[in-house]
Amino acid sequence: MEQFFAALTLSAGYNTALVCIGAALLGAASGAIGVFVLLRKRTLISDAVSHATLPGVALAFIIAQIYFDAGRSLPVLLFGAALSAGIGVLAVDWIKAHTRLTEDAAIGTVLSTFFAVGMVLLTVIQSLSLTGQAGLEGFLLGATSGMLRSEALTIAVAAALVGFAVVLRMKEFSLLCFDEAFAAASGYNVRWLDRTLLLLLLGIVVIGLKTVGLVLIIALAIIPPVAARFWTDRVPVLVAIAAGIGASGSYIGAALSASAPNMPTGGLIVLVLFSFFVVSLLISPVRGILAAALKHYRFQRIVHLRQGLLAIAHEEPVMEPLTRSILRRGGFMGGDGQPTVKGQSEARLIERDQKLWNLYREMHPEESHALADWSLKPIGEVLPADTVNVLEQELCPQFARTDETGNGGTN
Amino acid sequence: MDIFLQFDLPSILLGSLAALACGLLGNFLVLRKQALMGDAISHVVLPGIVLGFLFSHSTDSWAMMLGAGAAAIFAVLLIELIRRVGNVEPGAAMGVVFTTMFAAGVVILERTGTAGVHLDVEHALYGNLESAIWLDAYSLSDLWNWQALSTLPDSIQQLFVVNLLIIAFIVLFFKELKISSFDPLLSASLGFSPKWLGLALIVMVAVAAVAAFSAVGSILVIAMFICPAATARMLTDNLKVQLVLSGIASLSAGLFGYLLAAFGPGLLGYEFSVSAAGMIAVVAGLQQLLAMLFAPQYGVIMRRRRQKKHAVA
Repeated sequence: MEQFFAALTLSAGYNTALVCIGAALLGAASGAIGVFVLLRKRTLISDAVSHATLPGVALAFIIAQIYFDAGRSLPVLLFGAALSAGIGVLAVDWIKAHTRLTEDAAIGTVLSTFFAVGMVLLTVIQSLSLTGQAGLEGFLLGATSGMLRSEALTIAVAAALVGFAVVLRMKEFSLLCFDEAFAAASGYNVRWLDRTLLLLLLGIVVIGLKTVGLVLIIALAIIPPVAARFWTDRVPVLVAIAAGIGASGSYIGAALSASAPNMPTGGLIVLVLFSFFVVSLLISPVRGILAAALKHYRFQRIVHLRQGLLAIAHEEPVMEPLTRSILRRGGFMGGDGQPTVKGQSEARLIERDQKLWNLYREMHPEESHALADWSLKPIGEVLPADTVNVLEQELCPQFARTDETGNGGTN
Repeated sequence: MDIFLQFDLPSILLGSLAALACGLLGNFLVLRKQALMGDAISHVVLPGIVLGFLFSHSTDSWAMMLGAGAAAIFAVLLIELIRRVGNVEPGAAMGVVFTTMFAAGVVILERTGTAGVHLDVEHALYGNLESAIWLDAYSLSDLWNWQALSTLPDSIQQLFVVNLLIIAFIVLFFKELKISSFDPLLSASLGFSPKWLGLALIVMVAVAAVAAFSAVGSILVIAMFICPAATARMLTDNLKVQLVLSGIASLSAGLFGYLLAAFGPGLLGYEFSVSAAGMIAVVAGLQQLLAMLFAPQYGVIMRRRRQKKHAVA
């Protein structure tokens, strides 16, 4: 625990601090880019991207180790990863565009075949007994424990750059996500924008390989935007929240993993992110489960109250237990099940309201259909006063107010 | 011959049977645009397998199977819940669930010290196809000898049963599967719920994934759910033909993949062999590439050629 707080407060050694900051920047950048991938409904393409990095890493390792004795050089391996991931993305697009197979099949094909090639190459590396291959294991599930200072610095700087690029291109990406045709008509090169988006995603995946590992890196681009989506409908806010969730989740996960041995960094980061997702799902005031339940409860109360009062107005007994308890709590019904005076008068008002609504439905079926969601409210709050006057006159001609403006107001 | 029977044949059988189980079901996943469900399932079984192992303390047990099956069903329900309750896009819901469950599996694996003893994540990804051996086989006649056959590795027998189960499922529910895959609304109006059939299909997918998983690893499982079915889909419009073709594609990937992995490097003058599970998946991918390029009706090259002809005419 002490170790954890030490890592959390950046006082557990220079390297740990650097790794945590690097992870946070990585989380922020991937959360931001993930927003647009999510909005474009292409979330799972990141799965193909991440798995397609393996053959590149393995091949880069073989070539670098045999010819230059530099197999452990992170930039070389990441360059190989980026190259093969790029080919993977192009392959997905090619299959989607030129064959009858759908995008999900294309993604599955690319991710499994590319990864399998990587696996075969890894066994080749094992058999050739090249030195320095131990570092390659870290690419699968991520390992920050043996990370060099220069590596951590590379990751932090690269993540910051990608994050910056996303913020810079935010307007164009939003346009691409919401209205591709409009973007094209406004003179943007949609194809190029799409490629840029995927290129940035690819950048994040490659940078994150060493920290989170290729199996779990996609979680960094998926979970923060999905969690952030519960809180807002506005893109800039969404990007900010997703980046925040990504950064804090990655930071806490990396600190946790630094606090004890046998704590896989990637796994912990994903679990922390998931807990953020669950919290968002539950308590977000905009789209969370609790907010929805509360809304449903209020709606239920209104319907039951209205139906109960209508029953009183029609002098029918109220049998439904929930309706009875709502009526009693509102003081509309006594303990004996008989309506109170307050209940009687409220019932008359509701009855009048209901009759006006019914009449309105008869006279203007189309308009009332459009207003269906509002018809639980008092009619005077929804329709203009002159319309209500006309309805009242129709309902009860002898008592209607003779109001000139009211008569001529509708139709 | 002995060596082939004892060491190579069991691996070929294991690889091919695993491929067949996944390849057949994959047809329906591909048609329903659920191809990545296989991907998700093969990731989420990891925590189930780890927990099953922790309870039973043995690697070759029904507890692990049960754990994996339970994890798969749990994941499907969770995806559905997040999709409905949270109004999250299906792909994203799947991504949230399978990465989280895989992460949980990895963390439990490392924290309980199970890692490196009997299980490790690399094993889960790559499988261990080469470890299947059949020591009681001495000659070809053993292939017809019931007693000798009963000494085949458990995993092969298990996969054999699973294959029979899957074939029976497809044959029995062929009409329902077909209609609900192509036209869910018609299926619902005819009185068989596409939802329940979909769930049954996912359960079968989980069974196949779990049975194949420990032998061939998750990557081969994913490849086999998609590549043979996609290959067959390029070649035909008839579902029955497609099923048969995907079966053939699975078996040939299993056979040639293994042979290439075991003897390919030898032909090039190297002394080692490469990952058989990986090679099988690569062969499956190559078959698909060939089909995408050269399929008589839907292949890219043939279509180009036809377009040119039209352009000239």
